[in-house]
Amino acid sequence: MREYALRELEYWNDRIEELVAKAGLTCFDQYFETVSYEDMLCYGAYVGMPSHYPHWSYGKSYERQKSFYQYNLSGLPYEMVINSDPCIAYLMRDNTLLLQILTIAHVYGHNDFFRNNRLFKRDTRPDMTVEMFKTHANRVRQYNNDPSIGAEKVERILDAAHALRFQVCRYGEGRLPDKKQLAEEADIPVPERLQEDLLAFLAERSQLAEWERDLINIVREETLYFIPQMETKIMNEGWASYWHYQLLNQLELPQGLHLEFLQRHNLVIRPHQGRINPYFIGFKMFEYLSKQADGANKIMSIRAEERDQSFLRRYLNQELCEQLHLFNYAVSGEDIVVDEVADEEGWRKVRDTFVNSIGLGAIPIIRPRSVDKGTLVLEHVYDGRELELNYAKETLKYVAELWGAKVELCTRMEEQEKVLVCTSDKFISMYDGGRL
Amino acid sequence: MAIFKDGSIGQSDRSAWDRKRHRQLVEEAIKKNMGDIIAEESIIGQSKNKKIKIPIKGLKEYQFVYGKNNGGTASGSGQEQKGQVIGKVKEDQQGGEPGQAGNDAGEDIYETEITIDELIGYLFEDLKLPDMERKKFAQIEAERKFKRSGIQRKGIPPRLNKKRTLMEKIKREKISCRERVAEELDDNERVPFREEDLRYWRVKEDTRRHSNAVVICIMDTSGSMDQTKKYLARSFYFLLYQFVLWKYEQVEVVFIAHTTEAKEVTEDEFFHRGEAGGTYISSGYAKALTIIEERYNPEVWNIYTFHCSDGDNWSNDNDKAVELAAQLCLICNLFGYGEIMGNYGYGSTIRREYERRVKADNFVTVTMGKKEDVWPAFKQILDKESAAGGDQ
Repeated sequence: MREYALRELEYWNDRIEELVAKAGLTCFDQYFETVSYEDMLCYGAYVGMPSHYPHWSYGKSYERQKSFYQYNLSGLPYEMVINSDPCIAYLMRDNTLLLQILTIAHVYGHNDFFRNNRLFKRDTRPDMTVEMFKTHANRVRQYNNDPSIGAEKVERILDAAHALRFQVCRYGEGRLPDKKQLAEEADIPVPERLQEDLLAFLAERSQLAEWERDLINIVREETLYFIPQMETKIMNEGWASYWHYQLLNQLELPQGLHLEFLQRHNLVIRPHQGRINPYFIGFKMFEYLSKQADGANKIMSIRAEERDQSFLRRYLNQELCEQLHLFNYAVSGEDIVVDEVADEEGWRKVRDTFVNSIGLGAIPIIRPRSVDKGTLVLEHVYDGRELELNYAKETLKYVAELWGAKVELCTRMEEQEKVLVCTSDKFISMYDGGRL
Repeated sequence: MAIFKDGSIGQSDRSAWDRKRHRQLVEEAIKKNMGDIIAEESIIGQSKNKKIKIPIKGLKEYQFVYGKNNGGTASGSGQEQKGQVIGKVKEDQQGGEPGQAGNDAGEDIYETEITIDELIGYLFEDLKLPDMERKKFAQIEAERKFKRSGIQRKGIPPRLNKKRTLMEKIKREKISCRERVAEELDDNERVPFREEDLRYWRVKEDTRRHSNAVVICIMDTSGSMDQTKKYLARSFYFLLYQFVLWKYEQVEVVFIAHTTEAKEVTEDEFFHRGEAGGTYISSGYAKALTIIEERYNPEVWNIYTFHCSDGDNWSNDNDKAVELAAQLCLICNLFGYGEIMGNYGYGSTIRREYERRVKADNFVTVTMGKKEDVWPAFKQILDKESAAGGDQ
């Protein structure tokens, strides 16, 4: 049995809410649900949405998380927060009282961020979140149950759409155009609107049935919903950690709880050697910024205006780079070698590499370039980073699957222009770009 | 004001359907890669229900990702120096989470648990052997036994069921007792056993299909058989054992290791003991013949003998080996010779000798060079087995 009751959580929540209001955070109504660890695993697998549409990848994700958890390879998140209005958060029932208090405070940080950050305000409809996932699920199930379609065909499209799920327009809302615009674009092989939006391009321009287009759009809409979270991971976690730290310090916890708080907090925001812990980076940066002149107001406007890339570019200075022990690494043969450290000459380079590799920066941009006698020509926007070839080949097959004909991908490997070709029967070949 | 709710207790299992579908897809992947998986396996004589863990490369969810040989940014201890080597890129790590150094846990491998039985199920399902065939093999030898089954009034004295007889007597005694009380007679009269009290065991003839089998594994453990070759042999024996186990109820395994002379050894010694020295293949066969003569009467036992060697036999032994091989063919259900190919691209003399001079239907030779060859080789054996089995 737990040694605390919901009433106790309510007591701490009331006190936290008071402090939240005093601090000037403005949140959606908050809704907490305590769940078992199995449920937590399940929510984790279904991106927090139990009403999510079915696909085997979520079953895989569940099994994987479960075995990781069972073999103690990874813990479970203490909480899970959904960008919705009211804001939904799941608390794991087995957590200690302190962890719940910490988590509640942390959740208010996220909640405020969801409500106030520009990206979320512009690109998501929190009041519709739950509805959106439900209608998506209903549509997918409807296609699954339709005798003329069936689960197998649905899976084929979802598999392909999932493979390309992040190849959507990265900035802006990605709204689908009206009829007038569609008519204007009809004769252009790759209209400007679709140049950075491979998934929408395939949905609109491939020979697909209406329900197939709909499935692709379902996947695309979900990505658009998640992009603001991907683009603000460091800020969002940093903000929530900054506030749970402030709030719990103000709570005047009994000594035992306070010690556990410090211990847990330090675990959460510890640096991960050789990696990036967004909690660590974000927390340290907000803490640093809050201590500057007019810091309290400044961080409020930062959380409203920035995304990770602009946040780091503007505020990650040499002092912070050094404090965070940031460095660049490169791969040389088998070895991973430190190739730049955050000193006087190097820190800008470190910052720039960092900025380019976070959020969607970690995902290559593949865009439709032209259509040549039925062959779709794709282009990898090369920025010095090479594609993983095996993955590129397999993913290209999915493009061909949706496109229904030959697909080519222009990229660079080892300083050479290369063209990957996938025929309509999924035969892959590669040749030097010069010969095209 | 926040709302708290004690969430879903005992709610329906949301992920069940997707897990099942994922499982299905994994099974399909397993079947496709069976050859690889069985060669990874290293167990002989394990319990059927034992869960073995097979690392399955998770069904990959491919996307366009950056390769591992791209750099990135990370936080460290502050002691990092330019040019310092901080780790290795692992070759098998492809497309994990981008933006992390090569030592992360983002790889898409996780273990799935299946029992050996399930694995074997997949295996033989793949072979599409009709069930009929299995029965035929299982009923090669019949054995008669008598089994008590029920009670009857007539019978021979050795089958007298004393307990039931006594019970019948007591029943009769009580009835007559009651009658006496009713008739107010003296109730102390002794009641003897009567013919009608006697009960006998009914006996049923139980025809049990004889299904004993022995797998005799003979392996060349001479100096030229290195670990890789033994590993191939081992994978092969594992399959053979599983196959025989699948057909017969009771299977024994005999391990014979030979160099210039043969010894019966334990499983562990069989696979791990390495010896130097030359090779007389005939010694292994002679030992097998002796063991069969002593313990496994071919009338009662189904004998599967299999010999793995790199074929590097001393040439003056070849004639004798061929002669003994022919003898083994006469008494075994199947006698096979598996040649583990070494660095030489062509087969050995002894294999050619076998192919030329051993004419039995139940003799088969296969060659294996790498682990991918094990499964096809095994299938080849099974084809032979099905054909040879028909004659018995």
